[in-house]
Amino acid sequence: MQVVVCVKQIPDPAGPQALDPETHFLVRPTEQVLDDTDRYGVEMGLQIAQKHGGSVTLVSMGPAGSMQGIRQALAMGADKAVIIDDGDLKGSDALTTARVLAAAISRQAFDLVIAGTESTDGYSGVLPQMLAELLDAPALTYATSVEAGDGAITIHRQTAAGYDVVEASLPAVVAVTAGVVEPRYPTFKGIMDAKKKDVETLSASDLGIDTALDQRVDSVEAAPPREAGAKIEDDGEAHLRIIELLEQRKVI
Amino acid sequence: MASVWVFVEEDNGAPSTIGLELLTKAREMGDVTVVYLGEGGDAAFARLGEHGASRVVHLDSGDALPAAPVAAALADLAGESGPELIMFGQAYTDRDVAGRLAVRLGRSLLSNASDVALDGDGVVTTHEIFGGTQLAKASVAGPGPHLVIVRPKSFPVEASGGGAPEVSVVELPDAGAAAATITARHAEEREGPQLGEAAVIVSGGRGLGAAESYELVETLAKKLRAATGATRAIVDAGWVPYAKQVGQTGKTVKPDVYIAAGISGAMQHLVGMKDSKTIIAINKDADAPIFGIADLGVVGDVHNVLPKLIEALESR
Ligand SMILES: Cc1cc2nc3c(=O)[nH]c(=O)nc-3n(C[C@H](O)[C@H](O)[C@H](O)COP(=O)(O)OP(=O)(O)OC[C@H]3O[C@@H](n4cnc5c(N)ncnc54)[C@H](O)[C@@H]3O)c2cc1C
Ligand SMILES: Nc1ncnc2c1ncn2[C@@H]1O[C@H](COP(=O)(O)O)[C@@H](O)[C@H]1O
Repeated sequence: MQVVVCVKQIPDPAGPQALDPETHFLVRPTEQVLDDTDRYGVEMGLQIAQKHGGSVTLVSMGPAGSMQGIRQALAMGADKAVIIDDGDLKGSDALTTARVLAAAISRQAFDLVIAGTESTDGYSGVLPQMLAELLDAPALTYATSVEAGDGAITIHRQTAAGYDVVEASLPAVVAVTAGVVEPRYPTFKGIMDAKKKDVETLSASDLGIDTALDQRVDSVEAAPPREAGAKIEDDGEAHLRIIELLEQRKVI
Repeated sequence: MASVWVFVEEDNGAPSTIGLELLTKAREMGDVTVVYLGEGGDAAFARLGEHGASRVVHLDSGDALPAAPVAAALADLAGESGPELIMFGQAYTDRDVAGRLAVRLGRSLLSNASDVALDGDGVVTTHEIFGGTQLAKASVAGPGPHLVIVRPKSFPVEASGGGAPEVSVVELPDAGAAAATITARHAEEREGPQLGEAAVIVSGGRGLGAAESYELVETLAKKLRAATGATRAIVDAGWVPYAKQVGQTGKTVKPDVYIAAGISGAMQHLVGMKDSKTIIAINKDADAPIFGIADLGVVGDVHNVLPKLIEALESR
């Protein structure tokens, strides 16, 4: 089973996030972390490859920087990584990103491509679907459980009402939700091994991708703030203030 | 007049709420064709007409996972009759169809929009970023079809009083290698008021301390005939099902009253509930960000405040 996992390095979400005042693109420091959402995809890929034999290749588009995020995914156990790092891809929309990732993925045979449902910093939430269309494969999205093997895949797909059971043949693209599996922590040996693993870096032109930007961010301004009201310390009677407000709002 | 298409998925035999929201907005911008996915029927089509659809293109994917065949059919139709704009909701199947269609048409796709306009030279959208503290305006210039995915509750649902639309049926192609099949459907029990529609919502977060304490949220909600919600932290922890999640990757809600119990107020949660008319927050940390948007903030322990509140409501 040849498994590809799409992972993204993002600015540490715990830190302050900033936009470039001119381009309005997210400022990406050299030191970026692995998008937490992608840990689920990596874990899923490792489990499937371990069960059926095969390898896990990471594919990532964006500034490589210190590669801390990629190293973390390699330290979890992925075999190798392909990074598409090209200044011309700055500010790319989901379609261009999908074209880049699809071109990188298509350079070798694959059975399963795993992505997250949405990224923490971009959250366009359409990339796996685009990838699937480009690769002429089914997109098994919003997966809360995945069984893959023997040329077929079955998932539970989250719906507004509950979930559907969905089946398709491989090759396929699956987009997993957080919580689909419990991601492992890298071991010391994993961290040491990750330093020796193969990381290939490509540019957009290596893949023959047009980097023109169709979508632009024209302006960013502060939203009208919502005024906070009273803040009270609970002295044992705070619930009465809540009741008073609920009465005013005619809820009770 | 611009031609605008709206993708509407069926929900329990009727057009989905988000579909009607988009339709209400779309008719402001042009002549509206609804692409309707589901079993369909006169009542459903009439409802689309009442909300401003002049035409309905009816698709039924049966047990096929819809996105691949629907996107293929829409790409053909859009090639023939070229709308300026195709609107989708930020919902499961909508996203799947929109993504595939963007590839088929080779068009940029704007997602997470909270507003949309055609300005003569393309499409302009508004996006709430950084938890809704900033508004970004994005655009794609040139002729359509432009593709936009809009967040739920961005527009109110209002009937236009329009008559029955003209309905045509389009057969879906075989999706070939991209095909997938739905082999079973599971509906979770729906009890009491639903999150999307409730006038009052009581939500709980990690501050409840343990799964068992979510009962406090449920008991209070019963007393107020409210729906119950949750943060992603406690959904991921398995305390409550995903259907209860409020926020960026969960539901967007705008109730009259939102009570947040033991919720810190992370950006990704706020973006889903900050437009509630009245927000009441209970948190033991006086510096919790949720207090920044609360109309009434109670600095206190949920295990003290909630039981007293429930008791006081019981004795009324
Ligand atoms: C891509 C992405 C998407 C996300 N989408 C969502 C989403 O849709 N919805 C969502 O909610 N989150 C989402 N999150 C997660 C979000 O960032 C926060 O982690 C989450 O909202 C925190 O949940 P919480 O408030 O329950 O927990 P915490 O942040 O841990 O807060 C618990 C709060 O409880 C208080 N507390 C503790 N004990 C008590 C007590 N006894 N009494 C009163 N108060 C107490 C604490 O002071 C604290 O403020 C997303 C994150 C990412 C990266
Ligand atoms: N630049 C990228 N490089 C690799 N994978 C990506 C990239 N952007 C998005 N993805 C994948 O696509 C998923 C959805 O991302 P998004 O469309 O940005 O919400 C993510 O969880 C990743 O798995």
